[in-house]
Amino acid sequence: MSGAALSPSDRLRAAGSAWRRLPALRRLKLIVGLLAAIAIPLGFVDTSLGIAIAAVAALYGLSKLPQRPKLVAQVALIVAFAYPEPSLAAILAVFFGVFHLPAHLRRFALPGVALAAAIAYPFFLDKLFTIPLLGEFPSVNTGVAMVVFIMMAVGLNVVVGYAGLLDLGYVAFYAFGAYTTAWLASLQFSQVKLHIGSVGITHSLPGLHLSIWLIIPIAGVITALAGVIIGLPTLRLRGDYLAIVTLGFGEILPQVARNGADLSGFNLTNGPNGITPIDAPGFGHTLHRITGGVLPVDFLSDPSGQNMYFWTALGLLVVTIFACFRLRDSRLGRAWIAIREDEIAAAAMGIPLMRTKTWAYASGAFFGGVSGAFYASFKSAAFPGDFYFNISIFILSMVILGGMGNIWGVIVGAALLSYLDREGLANIGAWINLHFHASIDVPPYESGIFGLIIILVMLFRPEGLIPSRRRRAELHEGS
Amino acid sequence: MSTDVRSETMPRRLPRNLPGPTGIGGSLLVLLVVGWLLTNLAKTPGDFFQILLFGLSLGAVYALVALGYTLVYGILELINFAHGDLFMFGGTVSAVFILEVFQLGSQERWYVLWPSVAACVVIAMAVCGVLNALIEMVAYRPLRNAPRLAPLITAVGMSFILQDVVLGWRGPNYITVPSVLPRSDVFNVGSVEYRWDELIVLLVTVPLLLALVYLVQRTKQGKAMRATAQDREAAAMMGINVNRTISFTFLVAGALAGAGGLIYVLWQTQVRFDSGFRLGLISFTAAVLGGIGNLPGAVLGATVIGLIQAFNEGLSWSAPGGDWTQSIVFSILILILVFRPEGLLGEKTPEGQ
Repeated sequence: MSGAALSPSDRLRAAGSAWRRLPALRRLKLIVGLLAAIAIPLGFVDTSLGIAIAAVAALYGLSKLPQRPKLVAQVALIVAFAYPEPSLAAILAVFFGVFHLPAHLRRFALPGVALAAAIAYPFFLDKLFTIPLLGEFPSVNTGVAMVVFIMMAVGLNVVVGYAGLLDLGYVAFYAFGAYTTAWLASLQFSQVKLHIGSVGITHSLPGLHLSIWLIIPIAGVITALAGVIIGLPTLRLRGDYLAIVTLGFGEILPQVARNGADLSGFNLTNGPNGITPIDAPGFGHTLHRITGGVLPVDFLSDPSGQNMYFWTALGLLVVTIFACFRLRDSRLGRAWIAIREDEIAAAAMGIPLMRTKTWAYASGAFFGGVSGAFYASFKSAAFPGDFYFNISIFILSMVILGGMGNIWGVIVGAALLSYLDREGLANIGAWINLHFHASIDVPPYESGIFGLIIILVMLFRPEGLIPSRRRRAELHEGS
Repeated sequence: MSTDVRSETMPRRLPRNLPGPTGIGGSLLVLLVVGWLLTNLAKTPGDFFQILLFGLSLGAVYALVALGYTLVYGILELINFAHGDLFMFGGTVSAVFILEVFQLGSQERWYVLWPSVAACVVIAMAVCGVLNALIEMVAYRPLRNAPRLAPLITAVGMSFILQDVVLGWRGPNYITVPSVLPRSDVFNVGSVEYRWDELIVLLVTVPLLLALVYLVQRTKQGKAMRATAQDREAAAMMGINVNRTISFTFLVAGALAGAGGLIYVLWQTQVRFDSGFRLGLISFTAAVLGGIGNLPGAVLGATVIGLIQAFNEGLSWSAPGGDWTQSIVFSILILILVFRPEGLLGEKTPEGQ
């Protein structure tokens, strides 16, 4: 109906289908050739980057080879890298090894190996090679932030990916969790004095001081309740209106946090200064003594405190991922997916819409609250800035980039984007400035870059990097 | 809850003249606000009228942006998230033209000032209109058959890109222009002072609004717009070029946002890369308040929101103050969406439960 001239998007789609019609080998050659063509000129700018892209091309080519030559080529690749970059060779060896396992083992081996590598990460971090363009591997501190963001993205995935409710104010839950920790484990309410399992502080300090281990589930539950309270009136609304309402809440709460230093005389949030310091988690003197000093009294004063934070975050993440998988396969999770695919049909099948949506909201809020609670304790502060709309969009882009509805995809997307946020973009900027003698400060343009990522993904690969099969079918049925 | 489904299909049994809890609560709220306004009027009548006039001008700026939301929503059912940033872009373009091309000062002669301002209006409208149409082509048109939320997500992305374009272009600080509009009094009765710049805002806005009404109600293109908004497929069958009509709608919406940006910059004398986001949300609230998709509704909603903001920030007797403006406006948005999604002037839609 658009007349004779093809619109750019039509032309693109035609090109895409022509590409898919090419024989597999031809496509492979083209991709490898293209990568090589990119690698060679880049190699003149930065040799190691050229080599890296060439290696990626080689890896991609290898993955399409038949079994036996693939094995030979992989061994050759490992041997080739063994001398200059032993850490890279080791990673490649593990990586290839996992993919040579039979399929039913691979299902468990892949996450198992990834988890083991993550747990051991603080120990082999300094032995790792330098990535061309991106620089060093992320530090353990960055790792904590990454894990927290992954946790949030997995939580948001319940709301957006499973139930299909676009939440543009997810950061509110995160900040709510952060403020819950701040209230329950700091000097904020110095009118009262209550210590329950507090570690690493003198017992004469005023204020509420609960153990962080206690606060994390409490914060989760309180945030989930907040999610229900926000959700109950608003979940009746259709998708885009709901998005705006969540955004509205996401804008009201930071203002309350900013103005909350004097709510008719009561200091609730300490205004723009935020609440700081917040107590650190820890195991207390008794456990410290019993374990012979392995478990620290508190994470803040312990020399390996960073690692403890990292492992705690990993533990929370594993629980979150497990819970999300179980939720997805439960009766409730299937109801969410049914609502996402067709609300009216789902209602006709007897799914209670409001209750099911509210549960999605509450579950998503719970994980947001937990991650916020933990992260506040890690940062030892809660600020109104924690509520920024950009963070909501940041987390949403993780979910979209990775593939809505697929936990593994979301994890990859979140790890990638949160790494870019913390270190990657700055490193890329430094690389560009070094090799092209420019002086661009990349990090301020972060939100624009993420905006571009969202648009490109929605236009060209709406199912994300690692799509869930069901979601993919859904997205492609219309066009 | 199975009642959810039933209430959509079954006619309402209760007679309409029986007020429900929503009606009672809403009336109480309105009464409370009116009481607050009247108290303020009795205490400081001069301030009250001055703030009222200021609020009208503010509402006029909001109306220009709100109309863009409403036009686009009417035709595509898309909340064009990038619209507020388009407004900001228009403001930035005008500011750059005022500063660097026309180099206007604060005491410009009238025969320099008015042609330059007129040129700025044209330029800002043209730039933003074309930009908006381009955005539609790139970011929304390919997703026309995708799930509803897809274009909303790209719109969010577009909003961030626009912000960063301006951030890269003019940096993170406010771009300040000299106050080129005359600031002398139109009249000064008692303690009510009405300045020329406030009046000029209205003098620019109202003709634009009238022109838009003429365009939509009286021209052939407007007819095509209304037809497309009503039923896209049927419109296509009647020989309307739907894509071109949608592009045209985005062009008009963008032009209004551009004009709004220019007026805002002339009046408030400063703009920054993130000025559009919040103002866009407030204008969206105005559009929803009036009934989204409804043109007079958007103007009414914008006027109400402009007045609410002005009263909240200006009145002295127990006003929450500027710190809370955003919370108040978004609370209104949430209340309206939850209890009366069709807005003040809108008709019942499937959205209204």
